[in-house]
Amino acid sequence: MIKPVILSVFLFLAPALSTAFAQDRPMAFEGATIYPIASEPIENGVLVIHEGRILAVGASGDVRIPSDAERVDAEGRIIMPGLVDTHSHIGGGDGGDRSSPLHPDVRIMDTIDVRSDTFKKARTGGVTTANVMPGSGHLLSGQTIYLKLRDANTVYEMLIPDENLRDGFAGGIKMANGTNSLRQPPFPGTRAKSASMQRELFIQAQEYRQKLQDDDDTTRNLRLEPMVEALEGKRLIHFHTHRHDDILTVLRMQREFGFRVVLHHVTDAWLVADEIAEAGVPSSIIVLDTPGGKLEAVNLLYKAGRYLEEAGADVAFHTDDSVTDSRLFFRMAAFAVRDGMSREKALEALTLAGARMLDLEDQIGSLESGKHADFILLNGDPFSVYTHVEQTWIEGKKVFDRSDPDQLPYATGGHEVYRGDFFDHYQTGGAQ
Amino acid sequence: MRYSILFFVMTAFFSALPSGQADAQLIAVKADTVYTMAGDPLINGVILIRDGKIREVGSAATVQIPENYQVFEAPVVTPGIIDTRSVVGLAGIYNVPHDQDQLETSNPFQPDLRAIDAYNAREDLVVWLRNLGVTTVHTGHAPGALASGQTMIVKTLGNTIDEALVDSVTMVAMTLGPGISGNFGGNPGTRSRAVAMIRAELIKAQEYMNREGGSRDLKMETMAAVLRGEIKAMIHAHKVSEILAALRLQREFRFELVLEGGAEAYLVLDELKEAGVHVILHPTMTRTRGETTNAAFTTAHKLAEAGIPFTFQSGFESYVPKTRVVHYEAAIAVANGLSFDHALRALTIDAARFLGIDDRTGSLEIDKDADIVLWEGDPFEYLNRVCTVIINGQVASDSCL
Repeated sequence: MIKPVILSVFLFLAPALSTAFAQDRPMAFEGATIYPIASEPIENGVLVIHEGRILAVGASGDVRIPSDAERVDAEGRIIMPGLVDTHSHIGGGDGGDRSSPLHPDVRIMDTIDVRSDTFKKARTGGVTTANVMPGSGHLLSGQTIYLKLRDANTVYEMLIPDENLRDGFAGGIKMANGTNSLRQPPFPGTRAKSASMQRELFIQAQEYRQKLQDDDDTTRNLRLEPMVEALEGKRLIHFHTHRHDDILTVLRMQREFGFRVVLHHVTDAWLVADEIAEAGVPSSIIVLDTPGGKLEAVNLLYKAGRYLEEAGADVAFHTDDSVTDSRLFFRMAAFAVRDGMSREKALEALTLAGARMLDLEDQIGSLESGKHADFILLNGDPFSVYTHVEQTWIEGKKVFDRSDPDQLPYATGGHEVYRGDFFDHYQTGGAQ
Repeated sequence: MRYSILFFVMTAFFSALPSGQADAQLIAVKADTVYTMAGDPLINGVILIRDGKIREVGSAATVQIPENYQVFEAPVVTPGIIDTRSVVGLAGIYNVPHDQDQLETSNPFQPDLRAIDAYNAREDLVVWLRNLGVTTVHTGHAPGALASGQTMIVKTLGNTIDEALVDSVTMVAMTLGPGISGNFGGNPGTRSRAVAMIRAELIKAQEYMNREGGSRDLKMETMAAVLRGEIKAMIHAHKVSEILAALRLQREFRFELVLEGGAEAYLVLDELKEAGVHVILHPTMTRTRGETTNAAFTTAHKLAEAGIPFTFQSGFESYVPKTRVVHYEAAIAVANGLSFDHALRALTIDAARFLGIDDRTGSLEIDKDADIVLWEGDPFEYLNRVCTVIINGQVASDSCL
């Protein structure tokens, strides 16, 4: 057995978080159309929050509003859960380097810049939780981290506790197949070699797991510890895969080793939707304006979401920011709806389905009493180009307000709004 | 019977003709709203098409549809969309060396490279844009060199460059900014060096223009045409220093300047207005990094308010998605303050005038090419698909995308 989780940081921080972010008084948002996601939309609804959590959701008149509650008129607004981005590269972090194609010991958590403008930017698109991924370009780029996009001074203030994992905070593992990691040795040169190297790592993890069970004092192995957590289903594998045969390779590996996996990108999902559904494996998809840009993306069409929905498979969206812009996350769902995905499923794919794919569905992803008060206010139909996210709230604290002239530029851009990367002739090879 | 066989043969024959030429297709288009871009929108409008051209436009009450016309209907109809800056056809969907002809890197100054010599009319990206309602594209060489080559104008229909071509040499694509350095082994290595190199070439071109006799120089021939104002210099520039350098070059050499990109254009509105420069604005959704770190969704609106002429572009993408879609980019500008009318003008009649092809396209008027898009509703709304696209009077696409 892996030794009991080391939670010192968290045991200290977790209570501090709930008080730091809580409102003293309950708040009641009244008159909005509410999309709880877990249930039917509510006209003239009321959302009551207190101390960072949702106290109640329901139709006006059906919900008790505490007498000391601060009441907010939200008429004409839509209130829905904060968006869950299942695959993002915001936060300025990095991951595995070019020394190896497999980096299970590398944690992106160690490199996150909490002051990165990208977090502020993502919140203007309604994103409240993101799976921030290392990579790419490896068979295994490292450990991912699930972040709440709270105002933070240190990365600890953005983490989500997970007592089942040795490090004590929630995250997954980023893997990839297809052409993504094909290059010169020590990287693989073919798809079959890629699968072989990945299987080898899982077999090492199986053997290490056995050692841990046999001998409590086995030397720690940072590369294999997270892989054992994956084998035990405690840590999800987020698997970048595009082509139909690569998707099936992931499913084959999943059957062999029994890890829990989320397919990512899944370009050819519409060719193998039935196989994906039958495997009971969820898909986090991306929708782009135009197919192509690399060989594996020539079938990247608006219809993948519809096919997965029709096959009965679980679907979420991801921005892959900066491949697409977090500010326009709703836009992606709209294009899936444009090609026949249901509105209900598309909204779920932005929220609750994403929460499921991060094992966070008990805490976030829908508006239900007891869940985190992570929600957004929209000024119109979520699938309209003319609609804007007006406010983003995380655990009862407003983290974006479009009506504030100081905050609006994070949504629209402008001079020195985002710091960006250093970019000059030196960086591009000039002025040596 | 014999007649119908003859008709079939004739139809096959005519449909195989270059798309620019007339055929006997008779088409009527009906819509709840027809944005003709020549006067107010028509409510319950009808357009009659014969021999590739628009023959009648008016309200259903005034225009009768003859019996033998094929009728298409939609809630909204607009002229074909015009993309005023792209690289599609030179750049292909696979993004492998085999299908990337938009930037040659043996020399940073190659205005002699012709777009017509590298255009793949059957390119999937061109088909994709066509099916989404883009009927005309100003395409050619990419940003990334002091002068990367020429641009041209094509319709998105046709199996060869000759069938698609509208204008063979439209502009010379030039670039200022650090993006060049990596493509040419660090030379030019600074912004000042880049400007110095361009000035040297333009001075050579002045001398070439004024000399008597001598052998032909394809680079200098092209630049002389720029200096004579026969073709425009389209300079890709984003930062203020680069935009002002472009204006300075224009003042010194008196060519016709088009500013392409303009991520920081909102900081120099007065200067742009005074110079009378047309801006082909970067894609609204361009990634905010590198040269475009300071790009804003609101720039189109600010250009419009300042009275600066501008149009939209799909631009150049080095990765996924391999091309953008010009009216998707305009939509985000509309959602951030630009008026619906101004955006639609910029995508149609303003673009046609800017490219000098408004005698053929850009509005729905009698005797213009029948370039028409049928939409499910507001063209800027995410959910509204394009269901029929007509180019040169031919049905180029008839399934909703």
